[in-house]
Amino acid sequence: MTGIVALYIFMLAAFTGYEVIAKVPVILHTPLMSGSNFVHGIVLVGAMVALGSAHTPLEKGIGILGVALAAGNAVGGYVVTERMLEMFKSSGSRAKKGTH
Amino acid sequence: MPSWLSADLLIQASYFLTAALFIFGLKRMSSPVSARSGILWAGAGMLVATLVTFLYPGMSNYELIVPAMFAGAAIAWWSGKRVAMTDMPQMIALYNGMGGGAAAAIAAVELYRGEATGYAISTLAVAGGIIGAVSFSGSLIAFGKLQGLINRSFRFGGQQLLNLLLLLAALVAGALIAAHYNASPAMVSTLFALALVLGLAMTLPIGGADMPVVISLYNAFTGLAVAFEGFVLNNAAMIIAGTVVGSAGTLLTQLMAKAMNRSLGNVLFSGFGDTGGAATGTVTGSMKAIEAADVGVMMAFGQKVIIVPGYGMAVAQAQHKIWELCQLLIDRGVTVKFAIHPVAGRMPGHMNVLLAEAGVPYDLIADLDEINSEFETADVALIIGANDVVNPVARTDKSSPIYGMPILNADKAKNVIVIKRGKGAGFSGIENALFYLDNTRMLYGDAQKAAAELIQAVKAV
Repeated sequence: MTGIVALYIFMLAAFTGYEVIAKVPVILHTPLMSGSNFVHGIVLVGAMVALGSAHTPLEKGIGILGVALAAGNAVGGYVVTERMLEMFKSSGSRAKKGTH
Repeated sequence: MPSWLSADLLIQASYFLTAALFIFGLKRMSSPVSARSGILWAGAGMLVATLVTFLYPGMSNYELIVPAMFAGAAIAWWSGKRVAMTDMPQMIALYNGMGGGAAAAIAAVELYRGEATGYAISTLAVAGGIIGAVSFSGSLIAFGKLQGLINRSFRFGGQQLLNLLLLLAALVAGALIAAHYNASPAMVSTLFALALVLGLAMTLPIGGADMPVVISLYNAFTGLAVAFEGFVLNNAAMIIAGTVVGSAGTLLTQLMAKAMNRSLGNVLFSGFGDTGGAATGTVTGSMKAIEAADVGVMMAFGQKVIIVPGYGMAVAQAQHKIWELCQLLIDRGVTVKFAIHPVAGRMPGHMNVLLAEAGVPYDLIADLDEINSEFETADVALIIGANDVVNPVARTDKSSPIYGMPILNADKAKNVIVIKRGKGAGFSGIENALFYLDNTRMLYGDAQKAAAELIQAVKAV
């Protein structure tokens, strides 16, 4: 990937993130923040690559820390987001029943 | 494996799929109807990317990767499953900090190895490292504050100067490394030490009331750090996911700061309540207490009751009791609505999550703009553990630190009942003029206990 292509990706992704969030209702702000918190858990693949290419004990030690932290970010982010949205779903169906 | 299908092609195709699934998932999460499927799609993307990364060319140390991954995942799974809904904000802060720490760790591995290929890459590694480390230590402080491990806001003269010096020092160290002038391990260690201390020093003076903005900001920081490290590792999935989160998080942070009528710089660089001295003297009158039985009668025979929940409801886990109370009132023909301030609680939408947990239907929950004109027609405004978001001083007193912040006009209701644990000022330390109004009565006690008493009172009517 050349530098300029990477820059294009960066620019387009930035606008995508802005547009995806722009119309979100306040009620979903916390789950969405939690969801985007989960999405940057993709750092796990980078941490795996970093540890996978580590040679010295220092590099390995930091790499292990990185993989553990990243896995925590991804899994923790998923679990709490899923739990929150689970409630939203059921409350939504209750709301439909309750109004009529 | 057919000859055209190399590991590299498989990896690139999978990352492409992952990026698409993330964006699709986030999009679905922005509507209540499809929100739950959104996280499932994004989760599938994460799984694909993680599995395929094991095929990365030249990978070794599997015996270290797998246990580290399972250790981090197991602890997060366990803590995420058992945390109470009221404690969600600090868990998000914690997991976010872990992501920032991981991004900083990637930068550290690359920089200690010292094989950075060119100035652009080493600059990005340094930038991602600084941002990730700040997000890591800052998020841990945010977690500590919300969890109640750190109760004080540390402030001293010259604090901003110290933060500025720390930032400058980190930038200088980063520039030396990025320019390949001095990229020794000692200099790399100095860089990360400075960045970590900067995160601590930036976050310690910020009060709990501002934490929604801070967590959101660090979420965006981590996203950006992940994107930068994605450039370093030439990993498109990290670049796209990190950038999307970085820009979405920045927008969310701005929305929140705007809801408080403060600029982001103001949140970060001036401690909340710093100029609050003058405001406290202007409140006159006294706080008048009331019994639960009287409140029960008042609400049961009212036409319309508006509930204003705040952090106190979250702390007392009172949302279930409150909803039980509301259902009793609704059965009696009383119109009940919930008024949610954008920054009520410790995160945007914090109250919505708690009310959803208790089973409150959407259509009873109203935003500030929707509900503010309705307070005048309400017989009772019931304030449950909310404080600054209903303080009329924000409308009137220019010397108040919260002057100009949009508030819920609870003071316009015919009767205002405030459920509050004690007589102290709110999180920001500002006296609340609402509590002293002629139409305000104080119902002292823990929100859950008070709600239980109100349920009995309404049943007895």
